[in-house]
Amino acid sequence: MNEERKLIVSSSPHIRTPRGTQQIMLDVIIALMPALVAAVIFFGIKPLIVTAVSVVSCVVFEIGYRKLLKKNASYMDLSAVVTGILLAYCLPYTFPWWAVIIGAFFSIVLVKQLFGGIGKNIWNPALAGRAFLLVSYAVLMTTWTDKADAATFATPLASLHAGNLAPDSLLNMFIGNIGGSFGEVSALALLLGGAWLVYRKVISLRIPVAYIGTVAVLTLIFSRGNNHILWMLQNLLSGGLLLGAIFMATDYCTSPVTPNGQLIFGVGCGLLTVLIRYFGSYPEGVSFAILIMNCCTWLIDQHTAPRRFGVVGKKSKKEGAK
Amino acid sequence: MLFKSHGGVHPNDMKAPANEAAITTIPQPAQVVIPMSQHIGAPCSPLVAVGDEVKLGQKIGEASAPVSAPIHASVSGKVVAIAPHLNNLGNMVNSVVIENDFKDTPAETMVPAPAEALESPEQIAAIIREAGIVGMGGATFPTAFKITSGWGKVDTVIINGAECEPYINSDYRTMVEHPEELLKGIQLIMKACKVDKAYFGIELNKKFAIDLLNFKGAKQMGIEIVPLKCQYPQGAEKTLIKTVTGREVPPGGLPAAVGCNVFNTFTAYSVYRACYEGWPAIERVVTVAGSAIADPKNVKVRVGTSMEWVFEQTGGFAKEPWKIIMGGPMMGMAQYDMTVPCGKGTASLLAFADKEDRTVADPVCIRCGQCIDGCPMNLQPIYMYMYQQKGDVEMLQKLNIMDCVECGSCSYICPGRLHLTHAFKTGKALVQAHQAALKAKEEAEKAKAAEAAEKKEDK
Repeated sequence: MNEERKLIVSSSPHIRTPRGTQQIMLDVIIALMPALVAAVIFFGIKPLIVTAVSVVSCVVFEIGYRKLLKKNASYMDLSAVVTGILLAYCLPYTFPWWAVIIGAFFSIVLVKQLFGGIGKNIWNPALAGRAFLLVSYAVLMTTWTDKADAATFATPLASLHAGNLAPDSLLNMFIGNIGGSFGEVSALALLLGGAWLVYRKVISLRIPVAYIGTVAVLTLIFSRGNNHILWMLQNLLSGGLLLGAIFMATDYCTSPVTPNGQLIFGVGCGLLTVLIRYFGSYPEGVSFAILIMNCCTWLIDQHTAPRRFGVVGKKSKKEGAK
Repeated sequence: MLFKSHGGVHPNDMKAPANEAAITTIPQPAQVVIPMSQHIGAPCSPLVAVGDEVKLGQKIGEASAPVSAPIHASVSGKVVAIAPHLNNLGNMVNSVVIENDFKDTPAETMVPAPAEALESPEQIAAIIREAGIVGMGGATFPTAFKITSGWGKVDTVIINGAECEPYINSDYRTMVEHPEELLKGIQLIMKACKVDKAYFGIELNKKFAIDLLNFKGAKQMGIEIVPLKCQYPQGAEKTLIKTVTGREVPPGGLPAAVGCNVFNTFTAYSVYRACYEGWPAIERVVTVAGSAIADPKNVKVRVGTSMEWVFEQTGGFAKEPWKIIMGGPMMGMAQYDMTVPCGKGTASLLAFADKEDRTVADPVCIRCGQCIDGCPMNLQPIYMYMYQQKGDVEMLQKLNIMDCVECGSCSYICPGRLHLTHAFKTGKALVQAHQAALKAKEEAEKAKAAEAAEKKEDK
């Protein structure tokens, strides 16, 4: 060798996919944008402000915590931005800014960072933050006003909870022209986002399909009123079901990693959601359903290990021996 | 999507532009360093001494054990040293250094085998063994032993033309430039294995080779070309067997357990050369590629040629390399010394200038589960990693860490940039050490018990 050359020696593999955590989180953020556009169309500029406050405070808490405790710089991964957006999406657009900050603190510091940060928390930070705000500020969290702040009106979910079909048209429920948390109302926007996530292979269809499918089947079988199909569709399109099934239940950190485990997780979420909606005192069951299933993630993973390669049933064993 | 088949990742195959580059010959080096161990199994003992004149193809290392392969001189000239030299695995291996006289005087043994010898499986296997042929894909398992130990068990021969590792084109170029020889080599392997059916698995990014081999009458020879989906690690032995036959090799088992024997493309070509041309395994096609390489190409390299010489003779570096790899980017070995010689199993030499491995200071698992989706052996890398970090040998065994084939898929796909594959290599070593310790303890206790019993008898 003519000149000194510095070569790195490391264990294989020597190449890695360009897609890191940051790129994945960026994809999630992109997927969440249609819902924000829909919120601005139906509620005006205020949802933007709530989202901005939530995102900024989440990011500030995340960076602050990790710097203060001299932890590694994992805040560069954009996950706090995702949490901020998701937290904002399950709030009414009238929610006061100071309470948003409290919610962000709870989500990021108590639920996420105290457990070790990304990849280590047990509960979905945004959902836990929402649950915390719901029990702390029950009235603020359940006051739904229309775009002009003029009238208070009932959400479709409230009607369903009372056992009646909602007066809203299916089209309005699909595009999002209804009352509710501003990020949850537009099914169309959320489905678009979900399609992006599946296309980019950020999530698999296992959890969303198992979740939504379970809710669909249960509400169809145990429908109230005469129009079974309409009852089922209204259940699917109202409340936080789509946001929860596509963006929250699929949260990497708090859901099972095994393929079968993900199916079980989705079914469990669907079952609990319907139970809470039917028999609970809150009209919405999505957040509590997912939070409860979050607790079971480890347990589910332990019992759904993929079949060991090479260990096959008796029949195929015989074939192999031939 | 919902029920997609398990395992595999899809790296950019990076085959271009070297896949269009015809195999060329580079000038021979003035000196070759030939390690006496270029295979899995017992090392060879040198048959020559310092000062001896050797001829091209002359046997210079004798294999005494059944799982071994003899070594031949890759140039003619004079033996100037027999001393330990660094090999591609980072070990010091006894090596014969030959000063090249650039005459390529062939040894008397370099003659085609008589036609009647090529009719008997035993004789073909003997020729293959004498030619020192090993698994040329990089595993370097002695081919003759693979054939003979499969007699009576193997009903299917599979030729591995997946070449699923990015960058490498040496098998593809061999298929394209020597299709007839290759098919004849496969026929010899079938005959040696005593079977009349072979599957030749080729990934679909080598469509031209698939068509060409079909055109050359593969089917009439009893060779079925199986087009494979481009997916790493398609060419991993167990994965390939599963894809082609649907059979799953049991944990810890060999392909023969499910009636299969798998041979690499270049191995088949080497068998042809040994039988029809009398050439032992002293030359192979090497792909030289990577982001640091000025002009990626495929070249014929004599065994024992230093990496440095190959890089120099193929146009050198366009950019300063920070990593040199012998083998593929997924399973190859990073090298630190440019004097390491190319061996029988060296399919490629890669030089990387960009930070292709995307290492980060603080790898963080985000529990995305992609490692589970990507594992061809249905393992759970995420949990294996957790217990490896804790050094929990019991749990590692429970999670079947010994099934890991170290293909690198989990590390490749990990967005948190965890060093998963590396952790499993050390984890497997931990488990092996643990098992060895247990066994030793058991034996010690047995010996003690026997001793005690003996004493009792004495009384």
